[in-house]
Amino acid sequence: MNNEICIDVRDLKIHFPARGGLLGKVNGWTKAVDGVSFAVNKGEVFALVGESGCGKTTTAQAIMGLIKPAAGSIQINIGDRDGHNQKNWDKLNAAGRKELRKQMQIVFQDPYSSLNPRMTVRSILEEPLIIHKMGSQKERAARINELLEQVGLAKSYLDRYPHEFSGGQRQRIGIARSLATSPKLIVADEPVSALDVSIQAQIINLLQDMQSRYNQTLLFISHDLAVVRHIANRIAVMYHGKIMEMGSDEQIFSGSLHPYTKLLLKSVPTISVPQSSEKMAADKKGIAADTSSTGSKAQNEVCELLTPEPRGCSFYPRCPVKSQQCLNETPPLKDFGGGHLCACFKSMQE
Amino acid sequence: MSCLTVNNLEVTFSIQKQKARAVRGVSFELGNTRTLGIVGESGCGKSITALSIMRLIPSPPGKIEAGEVHFEQKNLLSLPERQMRSIRGKRISMIFQDPMTSLNPVFTCGNQIAEALRLHKGMSRDEAAAFGMELLSEVGITEPLRAWSSYPHQLSGGMRQRIMIAMALSCSPRLLIADEPTTALDVTVQAKLLELLKKLQDTKDMSMILITHNLGIVAGMAHDVIVMYAGEVMESAAARELFDSPLHPYTVCLLKTIPAVERREERLTVIPGSVPTLLDIPDGCPFHPRCPQAVERCKKEHPPLHNVNGSKRLVRCHLYE
Ligand SMILES: Nc1ncnc2c1ncn2[C@@H]1O[C@H](COP(=O)(O)OP(=O)(O)OP(=O)(O)O)[C@@H](O)[C@H]1O
Ligand SMILES: Nc1ncnc2c1ncn2[C@@H]1O[C@H](COP(=O)(O)OP(=O)(O)OP(=O)(O)O)[C@@H](O)[C@H]1O
Ligand code: SF4
Ligand SMILES: [Mg+2]
Ligand SMILES: [Mg+2]
Repeated sequence: MNNEICIDVRDLKIHFPARGGLLGKVNGWTKAVDGVSFAVNKGEVFALVGESGCGKTTTAQAIMGLIKPAAGSIQINIGDRDGHNQKNWDKLNAAGRKELRKQMQIVFQDPYSSLNPRMTVRSILEEPLIIHKMGSQKERAARINELLEQVGLAKSYLDRYPHEFSGGQRQRIGIARSLATSPKLIVADEPVSALDVSIQAQIINLLQDMQSRYNQTLLFISHDLAVVRHIANRIAVMYHGKIMEMGSDEQIFSGSLHPYTKLLLKSVPTISVPQSSEKMAADKKGIAADTSSTGSKAQNEVCELLTPEPRGCSFYPRCPVKSQQCLNETPPLKDFGGGHLCACFKSMQE
Repeated sequence: MSCLTVNNLEVTFSIQKQKARAVRGVSFELGNTRTLGIVGESGCGKSITALSIMRLIPSPPGKIEAGEVHFEQKNLLSLPERQMRSIRGKRISMIFQDPMTSLNPVFTCGNQIAEALRLHKGMSRDEAAAFGMELLSEVGITEPLRAWSSYPHQLSGGMRQRIMIAMALSCSPRLLIADEPTTALDVTVQAKLLELLKKLQDTKDMSMILITHNLGIVAGMAHDVIVMYAGEVMESAAARELFDSPLHPYTVCLLKTIPAVERREERLTVIPGSVPTLLDIPDGCPFHPRCPQAVERCKKEHPPLHNVNGSKRLVRCHLYE
């Protein structure tokens, strides 16, 4: 494994027993992650995007060593210079796992259940610093204040409990906690989807700063392409447990190949903000917005969700450019040059 | 005709032995089969406003100090709890921002939906299962059977969110309060759900309060919008007017922060400063420390809601006196 690679995921498969029927008998498997491979370079912001239920959280949890994969391998390399730091969850003993987990932090998707309700904000933020034996009590207190400020929360919140906060405030407490130890690797599962645009921007800017200052590696999970656009260097688009397309931000946002990526891109609800407006409003520069949720018509026709075919392309039921071949065969993830991969028969023909 | 009228709602929380005002004199009216969007930065009181309508404020520490909420010729705030219970979940339902408020971790999702249907609609077990499963596919769940027999923790974040939506819709409410209903969903599923809500609005005569920080969704869904800041309504307008020509300096700032998908920006725009905490809401205009247009007067005098050019548009800012 290359020394510059921080996370190397190869052919990862994670299956859960699926219950069906009204009696809830196990009658099959949910292939939450079905043969996913990708590598995240050190100091890179890698985004995993895709529709709800496609396996993003499950992949993240496997990377954090919280779920055991059914097949495939995950190598983590956080060490500084030497190449002897590759770690594989399976091959570590309990102490080794603990050591590795120290160097990575996760921001959980659900800001409600991921904070201990019996701990004050102060102890929530101090806990990782104590566990990792970082700083004196005074230094820790200073660090906590700094963190709070960075995520836009007031110091007076320190002695309050999670339930006293709004959804977005809780999410920021979770983010502050994960940043506390300046870890080398952060896995952030939908870190900003509960936040309003202004705080979203503040958090994204903060993650970007941290990332460039400490050369952090960031695995950023989101379903929101507008957010991903502003932070990611590389993006993998998942659908039903598989990677459909992967590439640099340019490749995905300006030269996307897969019909699912294209659909995602054109269905972002926007209110475009034109440069000027005859009604100058209160603002001298006169910003105004135009209510046009572009694409919201087009997408709905193809939005019919059906159970995916057992073989063939899993996007088949919703695909606007499908052909007979897509129904019968599974498209392989093919290299289109420059690290741009796509799994679609149509794009191979073009 | 209006479906819901809220007058001068005041909600406080006792924090560190002090009374913090989380909602300060909020009033609005929601017309029949209309959608009202509530937007504003995190912590401005959107959820608390919604929870007050349902009378679900945790008390203590919370308290509804004053105000009226008129719905179907009744003031919900003075109704006995027993009567309120028959309205909640049936006439008014809510999609909670916190999925675990409405989902019980020890029962399967199907069990919970069926229970609601049997309670409020008097369906038999089989009827409830058939109807419920139908509802799950309507909210875009691909394998309704699996979701039906899964426990909440076995579903992804977005699937849980849709289970809640299905539950809230199961009893065909007159008023739906949706608090960040689609935060966990990708745009394509989101669009489908929003379309479904619109359809229900027309066919089932449903009115809706939509709380979301996604201004794109508000632009596409809401007829009217209120912008909240520090527990107060700052601007209230028809959606189109608000986005075409935002008047309040806060609204203008808020609209500027939207990240665009069309281009990558080096730095995303933020509103400088931060939202005040409930215990130290500034005197005068609560927005003045962050307002690019604040004048001396804004520091001292609390601006009332000004009616702008005789329309129904309201702006809480001295510039519009
Ligand atoms: N503990 C579990 N038991 C059974 N199935 C599970 C479990 N955890 C996840 N799954 C299933 O695995 C699939 C992928 O779930 P995952 O949480 O990874 O999705 P996701 O991409 O994070 O979606 P979202 O955007 O909605 O959060 C889903 O179909 C889910 O129901
Ligand atoms: N139980 C509580 N005790 C004390 N304060 C509370 C409690 N619940 C909410 N608050 C405070 O009330 C204010 C309004 O909260 P609310 O949940 O309405 O915000 P919101 O506008 O919904 O924000 P978000 O977009 O983050 O969900 C916040 O400052 C919050 O900290
Ligand atoms: S009243 Fe003053 S501070 Fe408040 S929004 Fe208007 S100009 Fe800004
Ligand atoms: Mg998830
Ligand atoms: Mg809220």
